[in-house]
Parts: sequence; C-alpha cells; structure tokens
Amino acid sequence: MYEFTYHRPKTLADAAALLGQSEDAKILGGGQTLLPTLKQRLARPSDLIDLGQIPDIKGICEEAGGIAIGAFTRHAEVAHSDVVRRVIPALADLAEGIGDRQVRNMGTLGGSICNADPSADYPAAVVGLKATVKTDRREIAGDDFFTGMFETALEPGEIVTAVHFQKPDKAAYAKFRNPASRYAIVGVFVARFGNEVRVTVTGAGPSVFRATDMETALAQDFRAEALNGIAVGADGLNADIHASADYRAHLVTVMAKRAVEACG
Amino acid sequence: MANPNGIGASVRRREDARFLTGRGTYTDDINRPNQTHAVLVRSPYAHARIGGIDAAEAMQAPGVIAVLTGADMEVDKVGSLPCGWQIHSKDGSPMKEPPHFPLARDRARYVGDPVAIVIAESREQARDAAELVMVDYEELPAVATSRKALAEGAPLVHDDAAGNVCYDWHLGDLAAADAAFAQAAHVTKLDLVNNRLIPNAMEPRAAIGEYDPANGDYTLTTTSQNPHVIRLLMGAFVLGIPEHKLRVVAPDVGGGFGSKIFHYGEEAIVTWAARKVGRPVKWTADRSESFLSDAHGRDHVSHAELALDKDGHFLALKVSTIANMGAYLSTFAPSVPTYLYATLLAGQYKTPAIYAEVKAVFTNTAPVDAYRGAGRPEACYLIERLVEIAAQETGIDKTEIRRRNFIPAEAMPYQTPVALQYDTGDFAKNLEIALPLVDYDGFAARKAESARRGKLRGIGFATYIEACGIAPSNIAGALGARAGLYESAEVRFHPTGSVTVFTGSHSHGQGHETTFAQIVAERFGIPIENVEIVHGDTAKVPFGMGTYGSRSLAVGGSALVKAMDKVERKARKIAAHMLEAAETDIEVKDGRFVVAGTDKSLSIGDIALQAYVPHNFPLDELEPGLDEQAFYDPKNFTYPNGCHVCEVEVDPETGVVEVASFAAVDDFGRVINPLIVEGQVHGGLVQGIGQALYENCVYDEDSGQLITGSYMDYCMPRADDVPSFTVRYHEDQPCTHNPLGVKGCGEAGTIGASAAVMNAVVDALSDYGVTHIDMPATPEKVWQAIRRATPAQAAAE
Ligand SMILES: Cc1cc2nc3c(=O)[nH]c(=O)nc-3n(C[C@H](O)[C@H](O)[C@H](O)COP(=O)(O)OP(=O)(O)OC[C@H]3O[C@@H](n4cnc5c(N)ncnc54)[C@H](O)[C@@H]3O)c2cc1C
Repeated sequence: MYEFTYHRPKTLADAAALLGQSEDAKILGGGQTLLPTLKQRLARPSDLIDLGQIPDIKGICEEAGGIAIGAFTRHAEVAHSDVVRRVIPALADLAEGIGDRQVRNMGTLGGSICNADPSADYPAAVVGLKATVKTDRREIAGDDFFTGMFETALEPGEIVTAVHFQKPDKAAYAKFRNPASRYAIVGVFVARFGNEVRVTVTGAGPSVFRATDMETALAQDFRAEALNGIAVGADGLNADIHASADYRAHLVTVMAKRAVEACG
Repeated sequence: MANPNGIGASVRRREDARFLTGRGTYTDDINRPNQTHAVLVRSPYAHARIGGIDAAEAMQAPGVIAVLTGADMEVDKVGSLPCGWQIHSKDGSPMKEPPHFPLARDRARYVGDPVAIVIAESREQARDAAELVMVDYEELPAVATSRKALAEGAPLVHDDAAGNVCYDWHLGDLAAADAAFAQAAHVTKLDLVNNRLIPNAMEPRAAIGEYDPANGDYTLTTTSQNPHVIRLLMGAFVLGIPEHKLRVVAPDVGGGFGSKIFHYGEEAIVTWAARKVGRPVKWTADRSESFLSDAHGRDHVSHAELALDKDGHFLALKVSTIANMGAYLSTFAPSVPTYLYATLLAGQYKTPAIYAEVKAVFTNTAPVDAYRGAGRPEACYLIERLVEIAAQETGIDKTEIRRRNFIPAEAMPYQTPVALQYDTGDFAKNLEIALPLVDYDGFAARKAESARRGKLRGIGFATYIEACGIAPSNIAGALGARAGLYESAEVRFHPTGSVTVFTGSHSHGQGHETTFAQIVAERFGIPIENVEIVHGDTAKVPFGMGTYGSRSLAVGGSALVKAMDKVERKARKIAAHMLEAAETDIEVKDGRFVVAGTDKSLSIGDIALQAYVPHNFPLDELEPGLDEQAFYDPKNFTYPNGCHVCEVEVDPETGVVEVASFAAVDDFGRVINPLIVEGQVHGGLVQGIGQALYENCVYDEDSGQLITGSYMDYCMPRADDVPSFTVRYHEDQPCTHNPLGVKGCGEAGTIGASAAVMNAVVDALSDYGVTHIDMPATPEKVWQAIRRATPAQAAAE
C-alpha cells in the first residue's frame, strides 16, 4: 500500500465534505475490493473515507412495494435478514452466495454496486428487481446505473446511500460460480411482476444485461421449457481461462432455466 | 501394560495447541534486533536482457540502506545455486547445467526472476524504493511451454543448451519392449498432460540473514524442510562460508509439499546482504511472489503405449515424456521426472518389459521441482489412465484387468524391469478390501439413480505404489545424487529421566513432535510428556537430510530406533551394575530393566539418574551420561501402496464434476499414529483431487506472463469441494528392512487420487464416447467434451 490519510466521518455530510476536499480521495466500503487493490499498489488514493461510522446508510427496512437496504449493509446481513428472507427471498439467497463467509461479513451492497465488477452478483438483482439507487445527490433508476465494465452512472464524489428493491411476485437467482474466485461466471436473476418478467444476466458480459428474448418467452409461458432453443449470442461476451464466450452463452440459458424452476 | 501413548495410539498432535492458538513461531514471527527489511526487484518479463540497473533514485528514497544487484554478487564471487542431482543423457553426456545466480546478471529468464534487492528500515520503505529501481530491460522472445521450447528455431533460454534440452534420458530395455509389442494382440495408446501446479503452502517463504562480526558467524533462519542441506549447499557452493561458521534454523514451517526442500536464491541473498549492510536482513514473500517464485510441480507431456496379449495381460509399456524444468535447474529437479518417475512405471503390475525416455527442457517459467509425490503421481496417473482405457478397449472389467496383472504377494521381493526391487505388498488384497467399501456391485444401480436426476455417474480406480524412504545412499549416488540420503538422531536422557530427542527430520505439518515421541515413550515405558522432539536447527541437531519423499519415519524414525538401541545397551550395563547382576541377565520388559527370574528391576529414570550422578560407577568400564547418537542409511526404498476408488457425478448441462465418494485403502506398513496417518491421507487426497479438478498453472503462451498468479484464477480445492473420505489401512505387509516396519504415508493420497478422479470422470462420460480428458477436468472442458460427442445437441442449442 502507498500512504494515505484515513478518515472516519460520522455523518454523510462530513463524508461528502471530505470527498470534496481532495481529488484523489476514495470511499471505503467493506474494503473487499478496494483493500486488495491498494495492497497490490494498483491504486494510490490520497485519502480513504470510511463510511462505516455513518448510521444513516446502514440497515434494512420494509417499504411500500419493496425493501430499502442501506449502502453500508454487509452481504451477510442481507443474507440473514428476516425481512429480506420474507419479502424477497431471492435477494437473501443471492447475498448468501457471494464469495465466502469472510467476504460476506465485510463486503457491502454499496461497495459491490459502485465497483460494478462484471462478475458481481448484486447488479443482476438491481436491474432484475427494478431497483432505485439512492445517492447523497439524487435517485438513479437501477436500469441506468450500470454503464459498462467497472463503470456506473455515479459522478465523482457521489455517495450511494441506499438501494430500494421492488418486491416481485416470484424471483430466483441461479449462479454458476467461478470455482477459483467464486464470483459469477454467469448469474441469472429471474423476476416476475404480474405479466412482466425480467431476466438479467451478470458475469457473462462486460456489464449486467437483460435477456429480452427470454423475458418475452417467459411473459407468455413462465416455465423453464419456454426457454428451450433461446440463447444469447456469444459475440461480445467475456472470455477467460475459466470460460469461453460460447460456454458462457450456453450457461446463460441453463442458469435461466434453473432460476425459473427455482421460482416454483 | 501397554503405553497409552505408545505405538499404534491415536495420540492427538501435541504441536497443535501451539499452532491453533497462534503461538507457533514461524520465520516471519521472528524479528531480530536492529533488523532491516528486504524487497526483491523481480523481472516483469519472461525473458529480457539486462542492460543496466540504476539505483540512484531508489537510494535517495526514505529509509533505504542499500540496493544490491547481481553485479555486486559477482564482485563478491557469489556462486551459482547448485543442483543436487546429475542426470546423464542417452549418449552418456551430462545434463546441461547452466548457472543460476541468486540475482540474475545479464539476463532475466522468467517473470519473477530476481534482479536486485532493496534493503530499508521498513518493508514498506523497501517496497516504495523497489519501484524506483530502474532496470534497463531489452525484452527477448520467450518460450512458456515445453512444446514451444522444443519447436524448431525456438528462442533459447540458455545459449549453451541447444534446442532448450537439458537432458534426453532413458531407462529400460527398448529391444525387449519392441519385441513384446510385435507379439501384442492389442495396443492401447494415450497422449496425456500432467498439468503444472503451484504448491501454495499456507506460509509463504521467508528468510532472515544475520552476521556477527565479533566472531564471523552467520545465521540463516528460513522456511526450509531441510536446514542442513541448505547449510551445505549455500555454505559450500554459493557463499563460501564454512559450515562451522554457518547456522541454519528452520523454525515452525507452515507447510512445504516439497516446495521448501530446495535452496532458493533469497536465502543466499539475505545471508550475504546481512554482512554487507552489517545488520540482520529479513525477507518475507507476499502471496504474489509465492505464485511467481516458489518452485512449481509436475508439468509433463507424455505419449504412452501399452501392449496386451489376447487375455489382457500386459506385455510391455513404452513411455515418452517431455518434462518442463523451468528456467533454471532447481535443487532436485532433474531427479523428479527420471528416478522418481520412470522407475515407478511398473506400478503394481508384472509388465515384463518397460522402456521410458524423458526429455527435460528449459522454458521461460519458474523452476519446476519436487511437489508432493514428485514423479510418482505422474507415473501413477499415466499407468492408471492407460490401464483403464485398456480395460475399456478390451472389454475386460476394470477390476479384473488389474487383478490379472497384479504382482502377486508371493512374488515378493519383486524385481521390476525399471530398477526397483519391491520388498512387500499385497495389491490384490487392497482391491478386495476396497470393493465392498465402495459397494462396487451396487454401482449400476447408483448410476441409474443419478441418470434419473439427469446426472452422469462414473467410478474410477487407481492402484499406486511409490518408492519412499528416500534413499539408500549407495543407490542414490549411483543414480546421480550428489548427497547421501541417510538420517540422524540423538536421544539424550536427562538426569531426572526426561528425554530430548534431536532429529535430522523436519516437521512442517507431519506431526513429528507427536509420532517420534510415541516411539520413545513406548520403548522406555515413560509418559509422552517426558519426551521433547527437537528439529530444524543445525546448531542443535546432528547432520540430517530433512523431510520429503515420505521419509521421516522410515529413515528418521529408524535412526531414532538405532539411537535408542544404543541407549538401551548402555542402560543395561548400568542396570547390571546397579542391580549387581550379570549384563546377560538383564531383560527389558515394557521399558523396565529386570534381572531375569527375579522381581528386581529398575526404570530408565533410575538408570539415567545414576548415569549422571556416577558416585559409584565403574569408570573404567562405563562412561557417565546417557546420550547416544545414530545415523541410519536405508537398505532399500520403502513401498507404500494402495487402491483408491472415486465416484463422481457430472452435470451434463454445465460440465460440473462433483466428487460423490472417495475411498482409499492403503498399506503403509506399521502405523504409529492412526489419527495422524488419516490426516495425512485426507490432505493428500484433497491435493490429488485439486490437481484433477481445479488446480492449473497457466502462463500466457506468447508473453510468458503468469496468468494464474492469484487465487482469483488459481483454484485451490476447498473443504466444500470434497466429500467425507473413507480411509482404511492394513498392517499385514510391514516393511522388511527397517526396524519399525514402516513405509511412509505423506504422499500417498496425492499419488493415487488424481488418477482415480480422472478415471471416474472419463467413465461418467464414456456413454458419450469420451476416452480421455486432460487435467484439470474443469466444467468447460467436460462440457466441451460432451458437446463434441453430441454435435446434434450442440447444433440444436
Ligand atoms: C475472495 C472474494 C470473493 C468475492 N466473491 C464475490 C462474489 O461471488 N460475488 C460478488 O458479487 N462479489 C464478490 N466479491 C466482491 C465483494 O462482494 C465486495 O464486497 C464488493 O465488490 C465491494 O464491496 P465493499 O463493500 O467491500 O467495497 P470496497 O472494496 O470498500 O469498495 C469498492 C468500490 O466501491 C466504492 N464504494 C464503496 N462504497 C461506496 C458508496 N457507498 N458509494 C460510492 N462508492 C462506494 C469504493 O470507493 C471502491 O471504489 C468477492 C470479493 C473477494 C475478495
């Protein structure tokens, strides 16, 4: 790590002010992505603003039509929350499947979506559950939040404070994990809201995307069989030593079917 | 009365309390007064000419004490890291042995090759300054795989190793093999790759060098499996320090798996640098450095052919292997794909003719050397894959074809056509124990049940034999070893009857502090608490060869028995004197020294006290003290063997392989501590399963960059990847030539498991006509194999 100044503000306003004071300041969430990056000397922030002491951006509460989760809520808290388990069990399952126990005990929802890793799990739920991302400045529709690989709609210094997820009639997340890192090689979130169905795919492409052919098919016939013969194209999908683009494309259909089956 | 902590008792590991409560003392836990911290500047290129190194800016950085390079080492006449084993090629010429300097001089030859050391007041300062060291690299074309290294016109890793060949060696009788092939009713052929692995010991390597100008003494504290070997190699060949002026300490070591046997450049660098800067120098690898610079394992590319008669009897085996040595020869590298591999190609079978040729090549990758099993897993994997394919091709049941070819127990001792003489083993018995354990007859029903759930089920066998207890020095010497391979022990009774044992073996996870103490407790009828085991310090322990090749108990334990024999001999004399009896009348019963036919007896404690308080000693016949030393050089290798059976379930939609069950039946000879043995087997099995399904070291073919340089890409097996194991052993076939009858258990799991898993995977896919998949059987590889077999299905998708 290079040297940096560490701050622990107690209010959102203080955090925003600290961020404003330096161009190279960075927000610290659970540190599961940022700290390894610093240890590898791949980033050199002047200041780290730890959000961990700000009560306003923590916790889970049931709200009209869904659940609001504070940005500094750990994956494990989401996984073990009675509220999440009752209102949107698929979201608790998703959180339970992130990384390993240590990562879940430290990593946060805000950190995960702001990092916008192409193989992160939460982005599939943010888009799949028609979420709204709240920041210290505005509200951003989940559909508009992820703009590319490791890119979001956030402006410099903008702090995510909470995410509001809409309650679906049914939903499930099926993940094919990378055996080494345990991130998603492919993760498919399927959610049904009345006659509308969302099928969102993470891991396969540079950023989360909706499999619209699958959505149309499932809107007509919400059964796994409805996805027979429907596949996303391999063009433009990610490829690495763990999975080629072809294999990822294949897995999208397999995982989508499994998610539909898991919706019951 | 039997000692509750004696031989055969499942005593819990005494060292674990210390490890589990964070009280172990590893090299990185040690901090010396006035210590400095070193960070290595490593080549970012797989192959580059070093034009010059400019350290001026780095020297100005805060806290920097020194920046030293290969040129500085050259001035000080620092030597090349020696290779401990010399192989000769078919034509009689010695292997190519290019110099391997601790800090590269004119050329860097792999990503991670050290080129400079930065020494500073703190580790972070050294790291900061390391980024300021300007190395003028001229990048050269690199070869990252053995196949590319052998290609026509390939760039040369070393100018004096033409064609990148280190040696081209062979073993066995080619004419006999060819003659047998000419008679064969069937020939099974196989091309296979034994994938390259990164050892990943939990504790990264570390070293602290110290120099005391008052008396010219050096001390190296290092993460080593064999401190005396390091002292000898580094002192005599690299730094020119006489052994009486060099102490090497290997304190608690957090796993080695072979990777901490070798003498690494960093050890010499910190020892040399400590004198230059006049302060202790400490270096601890970070995990990224471990990936780049620990000696890797395996990396074979082979072609094999097995000739069979019409009844499925093996007539001959021919094997041709290319072994990747990496950029330089690590300490024992040349021996691994030769005498630890080709000599095991008979396996458990009476194949009469065997011929193997091995070409060792240099590549622009980290050095490759012994890794748990070292050569023997490669041999077992090759044989057992061939046998399983032969069974399928001939239609003979996979257990039956093995039975037909097993060397029968009655044929022991058995001379194989590839140099080794097996002393004992009942291979058919291992199989017969395994079959009911895994309910072989019920497999078809389980397969049908899996099929109902849309899954493919496969069962795979692997029978293995290994040569352990390395090694009879005369044989090893004849085969090119530049060292003896005996072991030492000293048993020192103290006046009040407690004992300190000094062993040249080294424990880095094997549990010596428990097992060795059990042997002493049993022999002298004393509580295990009264026995202390000391290892890992050349200033305390007699010259020993260390721990690898499952040798600790078979060789180190035997040395311990020899030392105890000497203690007992002397104790008898003392007892005879104390009890006023003839020495010939003294009997030893459960550790007590009894005058035959009387109730007069003494404990070893009584005798020890007398030995150290010799008020009434016949000093012309007896010296005071009770402290004996012994060296043991084995008469033969030991031959642990067993039968492993794995069942897997494959998800044909995703290609994911799940290990459904695993049973291991092993013959380790006599077992001193069943609990520790079972633990060793479990760990070994997980490592073997890891190679089969998860682990794979990948270099970029063109740039030679290490792609699997972190746990994000290098997949280690985890607890939830493996089932609960069924482990059995039998003790009917004790080793015939060592006093404990022990064979060794440290590597067995790793040796058998990969083959058993892969045989099961291929069996599961046999309905699709798949005959072979190279390790690791990753989901994509399995899926692709299925897809290739069912093009219609792929097209429909
Ligand atoms: C071994 C391992 C396995 C993992 N496996 C998975 C997995 O399977 N699935 C998965 O989805 N993830 C996985 N992760 C990532 C994990 O979920 C991280 O927690 C997450 O990516 C980052 O969250 P964090 O709270 O740790 O954020 P940090 O690492 O602290 O920050 C990440 C980035 O987000 C910014 N940031 C943080 N909070 C905010 C905020 N409120 N507003 C604005 N910017 C902010 C930071 O400045 C930084 O740029 C894994 C991580 C590891 C180490």
